[in-house]
Amino acid sequence: MTRPHPLAWADGPAGQLSAQPTEAESVPAARADQEPASQPSGRQEPGETDLAIASRALVMRFRGGQVAVDHIDLSVPRGSVYGFLGPNGSGKTTTIRLLLGLMYPTFGSFRLLGAEPGPGLDAVLPRVGALVEGPAFYPFLSGRANLARCDAADRTADIDTAPARIDHALDQVGLRAAADKRYRAYSLGMKQRLGIAAALLRPRDLMILDEPTNGLDPQGTREIRSLIKQIATDGTTVFVSSHLLAEVEQICSHVGVMSTGRLVFQGPLTELRSRGEPRILVRTTEPAQATEVLATLGLVEIATANAEVTARLGEHAPEKVNAELVHAGVPVAGLETIRPSLEDLFVELTGEGFNVNG
Amino acid sequence: MSTDSVIAPARPTEPAGPAAAARPAAPIRHWLRLFRSELRIVFLRPRNIALLLLLAGAPVFLGVVLKINTPPPGSGGGPGAGAFIGQIADNGVFLSLFALFLLLTVMLPLAVAVVAGESVAGESGLGTLRLLLTVPAGRTRLLLTKYLTVLVFCLAACLIVAGVGLLMGALLFPIGPVTLLSGNSVSLAAGLLRLLMIVGYVAAALGALGAIGMAYSTFTQHAIAVMAAILVTVMISEIADAVQQVAVIHPYLPTNYWFSFDALLRMPIGWPEVLHGLESFAAYTIIFGWIAWVRFSRANVTT
Repeated sequence: MTRPHPLAWADGPAGQLSAQPTEAESVPAARADQEPASQPSGRQEPGETDLAIASRALVMRFRGGQVAVDHIDLSVPRGSVYGFLGPNGSGKTTTIRLLLGLMYPTFGSFRLLGAEPGPGLDAVLPRVGALVEGPAFYPFLSGRANLARCDAADRTADIDTAPARIDHALDQVGLRAAADKRYRAYSLGMKQRLGIAAALLRPRDLMILDEPTNGLDPQGTREIRSLIKQIATDGTTVFVSSHLLAEVEQICSHVGVMSTGRLVFQGPLTELRSRGEPRILVRTTEPAQATEVLATLGLVEIATANAEVTARLGEHAPEKVNAELVHAGVPVAGLETIRPSLEDLFVELTGEGFNVNG
Repeated sequence: MSTDSVIAPARPTEPAGPAAAARPAAPIRHWLRLFRSELRIVFLRPRNIALLLLLAGAPVFLGVVLKINTPPPGSGGGPGAGAFIGQIADNGVFLSLFALFLLLTVMLPLAVAVVAGESVAGESGLGTLRLLLTVPAGRTRLLLTKYLTVLVFCLAACLIVAGVGLLMGALLFPIGPVTLLSGNSVSLAAGLLRLLMIVGYVAAALGALGAIGMAYSTFTQHAIAVMAAILVTVMISEIADAVQQVAVIHPYLPTNYWFSFDALLRMPIGWPEVLHGLESFAAYTIIFGWIAWVRFSRANVTT
């Protein structure tokens, strides 16, 4: 694969890709491979970039005129766990369908493990484990028979090891005991697990999981989360979509945030966190006095509620502020610096709540 | 295509163990595996088993009814089923032919409609299509495999009707040299060979209907809509075929040659008619197979 790509950007440094117009200031996503989980490992084919997924101005307009995906430039670094976030209906699943070749984009291009849409995509898809929009299987077949059916469709799978691989996948999601039950009889959680098992039928370089913990109980959610962590430790890139922040926050190294078809943020999770302005919170019985001191120090956006005073911290060191307060005789019962939660940042980014349909 | 070089060559860096992947491809062996899987899906689906049992039950029912109320030998005559019914009392082989003839009007097309409707639309509605395509099974490869499976089902359905008909005929009526429609008599073995040719002919007719169904199937995710559309197609074609005022279009109707298999029961065999029929089936298969492929290879899978 020494052939130069017709679009020069695809072979250039990854940072070029993440330079989305609205997010020009974001740190190029691929620069964050200091994260422990992100060693690209020796799996890279020659000629592939260090991005597992890269899209450029990807657009999907449906026949009704609805634009489900609106010029998104994804940059998913190899070895990352990329949380693809957004409210329901923000275009996450459509994006995933485009990336997997289930749909054809109206405009734009992408590369999945270095392959462009077309015959090349079919060649890399065996290295991609996918769960799209919840599990779908044949209700009249057992879990094991369903996995055998998936594996039979794979023209590059090793036929001789199929039974062992199927058992291994069932073990990984804890479904071995129910393997011979009909899919029809599975609970929602078991169905979801079987969907993940199908993605685990062979070692993958990339896992694309669309809402993998949908319908799982808290215990199951935790299991899936640790499974994803484990998969990532093996060097597999994981692209996981979710509308639940808490889920993504715990396992992801990178995030992309979708809102009404647009990618409104993309970058390392740490970068998103650092976006929030820290504030100082002072608990005191003399809020008026505290307010005065803070104002003298030059803090802005001072707000008082009950026995709490908050202000934007800016460049001030909290311990110095504390010393000044005590020096001025303000009885300080408690003092802390607070950063806006990720949830606050997301709501800010997506404009609406996380349950609002865009 | 330089993209070929991306096709996973055996990657030495990959971990060994139960999950080692991407051996050098053995396309035929892998395709046979997919084909077997498709066959299992079709032939193990409870609904399809019920359909095949229903088809098997029809000759049993006809045999018993005709045994109880045997039409006088030589009765009937004339075109269509009547050509066979009078001969059943003399020769059980004709029960097989009578059953095929009778079931070809509705039951066999219905069975094909169910399977062809499920082939793409059913998978789409179930959501398993996205599963297969992301594996990836390959769109063209999957469509071809599915069509071959439909063909196998058509042949199996015809064989079941003819086979059970023959069995019931042998149990309930005498079996012997076969008197053809042209009046000549051929040995039982030659008669059975003709029966086998008729099974093949009817299966080809149904196979063409299956191709039409596959094409319909790529336009929707509702298998039931495809089934209805296939049956409506059959009905419209049969009605148009019966209206003499539109005789000019008769040769182009999909069902026009369905019942021409009686040409195989003459001495000598009416080959021109048989070949016209086979040409018509081939034309329908190619045209609708092409439509199915064009549509399926570009379709956005939204389910």
